[in-house]
Amino acid sequence: METPNLTPEEQFQARIDADVRIEPKDWMPDAYRKTLIRQISQHAHSELVGMLPEGNWITRAPSLKRKSILLAKVQDEAGHGLYLYSAAETLGVSREQMLSDLHSGKAKYSSIFNYPTLSWADMGCVGWLVDGAAILNQVPLCRTSYGPYARAMVRVCKEESFHQRQGFEIMQTLCEGAPTQKAMAQEALNRWWWPTLMMFGPKDSESPNTEQSMKWRIKRFTNDELRQKFVDMMVPQAEFLGLTVPDERVNWNEARQAYDFGEVDWNEFWNVVKGNGLCNHERLQARVQAHEEGAWVREAALAHAQKRAAREVAVAA
Amino acid sequence: MTPTQPEASAIPTPPPAANPLFPYVLQLADTSLILAHRLSEWCGHGPVLEQDLALANIALDLLGEARSYYQYAAELEGQGRTEDELAYLRSAVEYRNPLLVEQPNGDFAHTIVRQFLFDVFHYELLKELKAGPDVQLAAIAEKSLKEAAYHRKWSAEWLIRLGDGTSESRQRVEKALRTLWRYAAELTVPTPLELDLHSLGLVPDYAALQARAAAYVAHVFAEATLPVPTDAFAQPGGKLGRHSEHLGYLLAELQYMQRTYPGLTW
Repeated sequence: METPNLTPEEQFQARIDADVRIEPKDWMPDAYRKTLIRQISQHAHSELVGMLPEGNWITRAPSLKRKSILLAKVQDEAGHGLYLYSAAETLGVSREQMLSDLHSGKAKYSSIFNYPTLSWADMGCVGWLVDGAAILNQVPLCRTSYGPYARAMVRVCKEESFHQRQGFEIMQTLCEGAPTQKAMAQEALNRWWWPTLMMFGPKDSESPNTEQSMKWRIKRFTNDELRQKFVDMMVPQAEFLGLTVPDERVNWNEARQAYDFGEVDWNEFWNVVKGNGLCNHERLQARVQAHEEGAWVREAALAHAQKRAAREVAVAA
Repeated sequence: MTPTQPEASAIPTPPPAANPLFPYVLQLADTSLILAHRLSEWCGHGPVLEQDLALANIALDLLGEARSYYQYAAELEGQGRTEDELAYLRSAVEYRNPLLVEQPNGDFAHTIVRQFLFDVFHYELLKELKAGPDVQLAAIAEKSLKEAAYHRKWSAEWLIRLGDGTSESRQRVEKALRTLWRYAAELTVPTPLELDLHSLGLVPDYAALQARAAAYVAHVFAEATLPVPTDAFAQPGGKLGRHSEHLGYLLAELQYMQRTYPGLTW
């Protein structure tokens, strides 16, 4: 494959086309490296910020069993954040730099976490819909061209599918419960449906990174393809639960063998992406505050490690 | 009461004698649940991602332990109550957790000091309960002891890092100790219930626990270059149902769903 008359770019593309994984020490185009840093760190930030909307209900979960499940899930998310920051670090960026970009607003995280969790049923919707959308995005990433990212995603996806089933089970319990519970489930679905469709990103016609990312096999499906898959998967599940998707235009299209559905409110989407969602300010503020208030803890850990190392040197001498 | 009523009906029927261990197991359950609740408040707000994970992990262990105790307590009580009824439908004055675990998180040093003082005691207690005569309690203790050993290692390491870290971290630990030390003794000062159960051979000797916990505390404090506080005042109350004002708010949050939508399955 290392043909001498090919440029490094051509050799790189040939490896991609042959489905050979790219590894940290391999040559890669700068733009490939930058795109991956952007995407993986954004993914890691989403795990980190995503702990907040669910963390919001741990202290109020309605049963000890549900509380345990939710706590375990948020713990998994912290772990996913760690895998992903490590994967991004193999591309030569530090976790500090990534966090500083998150805190300054330069780096983004998934728009979905800018929506508030207002009822217990939101824990069901976040698991069922949000994790469901995440899985559709992430399963193809298990075959993404960059090895460390693909391997991180294999581990993430296993845990994520488990969370998704738990979310569905919360919804099912609510829908099989009292009328107040079913109403709670429907109200939550009404709020979460459209924001989850937005998780797949802008329309293909307005997604500047898609073409290059497909060519490099970072992405395997377009935003619109994944969004369609999601609707096709979720509408029957909502029907099974006895819930109604808040979109009058959802309709099975026999010819396409897929659901037609209405248009996402792109105005809202861009507003949230630009920082004007219901919780953007609180989420970022919570992260910045945790980081700033934790500075003395990190400094103490470092100072202690240095003291300890100095003492060991003194003992050895 | 009308005079025609027979005298006997004025005397309430005593409830069926619950197993004497019931209130004690409930106390253990309350203790683990309340501390788990406090730790879970850290979720997403820790100083670094690794510690967010550790805090959630410890909270989850303690919650698991609380559930085992509540389930066993429900069985001992024999009234058909569930773990959730015991956790969600009892008021602050019925809760029996020691005061230490209901104290607010404060800063990371405050949380670490609270955790360390609890972990040292918890570890020694579980070691005794594991060897105790009650098979079910011994089994729960055996599982929990493995977790408590991890918790104690974690909080001791942080106490050392913070005590022997920067001048700021040391000041924060000292401040936390000034606030929390008075609550530590309650853990090992036996209540009448604990004394009774000890005389029946069901519960460990709290004086011996105190000595072992104090020895471990002294050892870790020395490594953290911290003097062991000499303030001898021990604030009692929690194990007798006399709590600080913090518990009411904690329970309002914890119990909100069950109180608002009673009797449903979640």
